Amino acid sequence: MRTLRVVIAKPGLDGHDRGAKVIARALRDAGMEVIYTGLRQTPEQIVTAALQEDADVIGLSILSGAHNHIVPRLMERLAAKGLSDVLVLIGGIIPDVDVPKLKEIGVKGIFLPGTPMQEIIDFINTHARARA
Amino acid sequence: MKTAAETEKQRWERETLAPALEQAPERLESFTTISGHPIDRLYSADDPGAVRDLSGPGVFPYTRGIHATGYRGKLWTLRQFAGFGAPEDTNARYKALLAAGGTGLSVAFDLPTLMGRDPDHELSLGEVGKCGVNITSLADMEALFDDISLEDITTSMTINSPAAMIFAMYLVVAEQQGADWTRLSGTIQNDILKEFIAQKEYIYPPRPSMRLITDVFAFCGTQVPRWNTISVSGYHIREAGSTAIQELAFTIRDGIEYVQWGVDAGLDVDQFVPRMSFFFNAHSDFFEEIAKYRAARTLWAQAMRHRFAARNERSWKLRFHSQTAGVSLTARQPHNNVVRTALQALSAVIGGTNSLHTNSLDEALALPTAEAATLALRTQQIIAHESGVVGDVDPFGGSYFVEALTKQMEGGATAYFDQIDRLGGMVTAIEQGFPQREVAESSYRFQRSLERKEKVIVGVNDFVQEHDPTIEILYLDDTTASRQLARLDALKARRDRTRVARALDDLRRTARTRENLMTPILEAVRAYATLGEMCDALRDVWGEYEETPII
Repeated sequence: MRTLRVVIAKPGLDGHDRGAKVIARALRDAGMEVIYTGLRQTPEQIVTAALQEDADVIGLSILSGAHNHIVPRLMERLAAKGLSDVLVLIGGIIPDVDVPKLKEIGVKGIFLPGTPMQEIIDFINTHARARA
Repeated sequence: MKTAAETEKQRWERETLAPALEQAPERLESFTTISGHPIDRLYSADDPGAVRDLSGPGVFPYTRGIHATGYRGKLWTLRQFAGFGAPEDTNARYKALLAAGGTGLSVAFDLPTLMGRDPDHELSLGEVGKCGVNITSLADMEALFDDISLEDITTSMTINSPAAMIFAMYLVVAEQQGADWTRLSGTIQNDILKEFIAQKEYIYPPRPSMRLITDVFAFCGTQVPRWNTISVSGYHIREAGSTAIQELAFTIRDGIEYVQWGVDAGLDVDQFVPRMSFFFNAHSDFFEEIAKYRAARTLWAQAMRHRFAARNERSWKLRFHSQTAGVSLTARQPHNNVVRTALQALSAVIGGTNSLHTNSLDEALALPTAEAATLALRTQQIIAHESGVVGDVDPFGGSYFVEALTKQMEGGATAYFDQIDRLGGMVTAIEQGFPQREVAESSYRFQRSLERKEKVIVGVNDFVQEHDPTIEILYLDDTTASRQLARLDALKARRDRTRVARALDDLRRTARTRENLMTPILEAVRAYATLGEMCDALRDVWGEYEETPII
């Protein structure tokens, strides 16, 4: 099985990238291939990156409260490109009431502040399947 | 047997400590601050820096404080940062905060405003009114301060890349109220360097961004002399994961960089430096924070006096706001955050903060509810009126530990100053990614220490409960964006289009010259040009900055 490929992305206007960078490095140290998109990516740009990089996993870092707008659009674009099997995860500040809605549209894991890195690594190793 | 060369401390180590350690070893091999800075078990008169010749508070270099009477004369300003939704929503919150005994306002803007984008821009999707209040034009600023007299309050505005434009809107609202600009007082953050280092809300490349800032310095010197033209901020650097020494070093070195650019732009040090203010984090390591504030005052005073030959005492005095550490708040067991915040606030007060914001217990989950924000304000009031720590100006002055730690902070910061000077200054260091790399490294190191449980966060990596208590959180509906979009359309329909176009052209033209940008910005604001339009005009001339991400 080839190495898992993970795109870490910061959608929206927010620049607080501590979490995105720490998780990118932790996943890399755990043996994954990590591509960090940098700041201010539209859903379209993230899907393009996932396609180009042949990603198995997309990790979104969202702290600004814009998830209800950004994530549905991203999921639609992913489906349109035939990438529905990519494991989509969110890390950041997500109110409890939004969690079921996000899971319903296909987000597999939502990680709040304080989640141990190992928990995320284990989650990915359990749920992601390297694309053939 | 005591030899001639043995100090009191060495004797104690031999006679008392050694047998104690033999009986029972210490819990950890080494003790460090939350920044990973090593701490000895005991400091005594013999330790480097533990005993220093301290001048009194109000006397250069102000290690013990900038005011002779500390909080006996005047308490710090209880300034709670707030903003959400549309301007009228935040206006109501401000009125409530003032009624509850808040003594200053502090505006939190949403991301579109911080990034100079109108609500109809593609990247504003889902962000309008979320992290703060949305201000698109002068009309919104009028609604934000409706029925609040700007001459009677002080206002702090956390705005950086578009600081000049937002400040111009505030000035025009004051003008409409009949207020005299020379009597206005408050602060704009206006600190772009820490945006490049940490918070990443930059628009233009570093050099033109610096020009906007020195233009504000020059403008305020003559027009708004009581305004704090900048709040040089370590807060965000710390939140991004730096150590206390890095926060201190990069912030003071940023301050030095602004002074250098001001001097290079032909300004008089003793005219603009007294209007510079600072903003530090109040993090969880109690003594390290107190030492950091004391070191900050000392380093700034020395830099202004010796590096820039400032002669005005007000140029030497570092005034600072502080805010408790947002990053320390946990989503698990959220009530614990009240305790964290109280301890952090206490360190800022003992360290001599001039103004303070205390975070609310629910902020790892959402923007605070009104109840949570009130409790945060009450935390400050309890420190001010019940704890008794305000009676003495510098309660830890002369403590062997705090003095030694203060000296170590100064030493660590000075080493960074030398390194940054060798790189050619802070702007160059940022262009080369130096402070960004240092912060990323510390942030990862801290995360690893949490994973290994070398550092404990109660309720997160230890003392975890299966079921955390749930708390009520503020849930913002999505009507803000549609309300602001409708307003924007109405504004565009009623304003004088020719006047707007002319003002924006003049802004572009001025950007290509060395004339002060505040003049065309004020005219564009009066013409009801939107923030996005003004920022775009400068994007046309200067372009946008894109960083190379460092992991």
